[in-house]
Amino acid sequence: MKQSRFWAWLVFGVGAAYFLVPLIATFEFSLRMRRGYYSFDSYASVFSDPKFQQTFTYSAVIGLLSIIVGILIVVPAVYFVRLRMAWLRPYVEFLTLLPLIIPAIILVYGYIRLYNSSSIIPFTGSAVGTDILLTFAYVTLALPYMYRAVDTGMRTIDVQTLTEAAQIAGANTPQIIARIILPNILVAVLSGAFLTFAIVIGEFTIASLLNRPAFGPYLQNIGANRAYEPAALAIISFIITWGAMSMINLLSRFAPRTSARTD
Amino acid sequence: MTTLDTGTKAPAKKRALSFEWLGVAPFIVFAIMFLILPTLYLVGAAFVDEKGGFTLANFAGLGTPQIVAAYWISIRISGASAILGALIGLAIALALIRGKLPLGLRAAVMTFSGVASNFAGVPLAFAFISTLGRLGLATVILKFVFGIDIYKAGFNLLSFWGLTITYLYFQIPLMILIIAPAIDGLKKEWSEAASTLGATPWQFWRYVGLPILWPSFLGTLSLLFANAFGAIATAYALTGSSLNIVPILLYAQIRGDALQNPGLGAALAVGMILITGFANVVYLVISARAERWLK
Repeated sequence: MKQSRFWAWLVFGVGAAYFLVPLIATFEFSLRMRRGYYSFDSYASVFSDPKFQQTFTYSAVIGLLSIIVGILIVVPAVYFVRLRMAWLRPYVEFLTLLPLIIPAIILVYGYIRLYNSSSIIPFTGSAVGTDILLTFAYVTLALPYMYRAVDTGMRTIDVQTLTEAAQIAGANTPQIIARIILPNILVAVLSGAFLTFAIVIGEFTIASLLNRPAFGPYLQNIGANRAYEPAALAIISFIITWGAMSMINLLSRFAPRTSARTD
Repeated sequence: MTTLDTGTKAPAKKRALSFEWLGVAPFIVFAIMFLILPTLYLVGAAFVDEKGGFTLANFAGLGTPQIVAAYWISIRISGASAILGALIGLAIALALIRGKLPLGLRAAVMTFSGVASNFAGVPLAFAFISTLGRLGLATVILKFVFGIDIYKAGFNLLSFWGLTITYLYFQIPLMILIIAPAIDGLKKEWSEAASTLGATPWQFWRYVGLPILWPSFLGTLSLLFANAFGAIATAYALTGSSLNIVPILLYAQIRGDALQNPGLGAALAVGMILITGFANVVYLVISARAERWLK
């Protein structure tokens, strides 16, 4: 028994070392900008770079838009599939799995060839159009996670009873979704939102191939041209990802559980 | 009773039905426009030659040495990082859940895994350059404290092993997250029953534990493979375009028609879809079978 515990600690220790050493090394490297002693110069350099502010803001805005579009598309679909169209469920689930099967680089390749400036829907013909296409691309990337989050949220509430009660009180369907269902699954929706944000904020492939001034291509560009700033940016990105994930953890503690009907 | 029922409900049902479609329609239109059509378009384009006629030459073109080499190194990196990631992830998950480590540790590792599995892309490349690059902390410490010069010994971060070690940073956590519920599904009664019948812990794992985990293990393995196969940002930030893997080749093709043949580019993409698609189908089929034990 004691022996198994020893092995468990050993495996855990080696694993922890593999995961912590890069973080420590990156942090240490990011402090080395000034010769001779440690300083936060690289962070100051990053934060004062107007390109950092511009690209980060751009990606944050696109991220927020992707979250909003994702919610508008996914919530009604999950609601109706749960409520009355159970037969559609396997198909919807399959569709939401596709972004995991088709790599992002393939999707963007398809978009570029399909929605070029001489096509029926010339998304890439203008800057605004490309921004819209980028937003939709990010909604697609986040679709598996947003769908799962919303679906899990709706499983914990009693959609049927809430709907019937609202109908008796005279609510119409848009009102039911916006004012009854959405507030009840808010925690789940927010989890999906934070995950979307974590995926989108530093995304490189799609933003770069659509030539948009996003945070991911900026990171890549800094990596190719600077020495210490990339390490600082890696630490900043890690903190952002950590923040998004801890929000999800924190939110899950507040998840409401109206017990679903058991019959 | 029944006639009365249908009589009163029929009109309401009809109205509700159109509402249902209105609610589901945006999702379906979206999926068709941004998932189905772009993919089908590429599949179609792979069968079209430069004059617009039908051809299989693009797929024959995949047989050129450069492209075969790209597929081969992609498959090797994805395979190595998936197999190692799955084995190490399984070991860590087993240590955490069955190794009687403090409970708080498990929660911490799960949270960290959630973060690390999403910490991919360009910043991950930066982190490993700071660690195992020529001036990285681990490289320097190994050299000056332990006297091991890994670069002289032939290691290079911009190589097969360098990329594999980097990919493990998101592969291992993903394995831990997916396999943990399966390990939780190993009921305590099973190991108690086994030891009552005189089995050693080794025999329990050999004949009960691992066979039950096997489908979940295989399934997650294929998911990790697909995960690494489609990844590009980390590799691109790490190596620029010096490492000839399929996603980087495709990236160069989209950027500037590097293969000088759009049809061949589409065929390259279709090849990728077939490989990741196959790996994911294996995952879905096996995980459906594995779920039997988790009830």
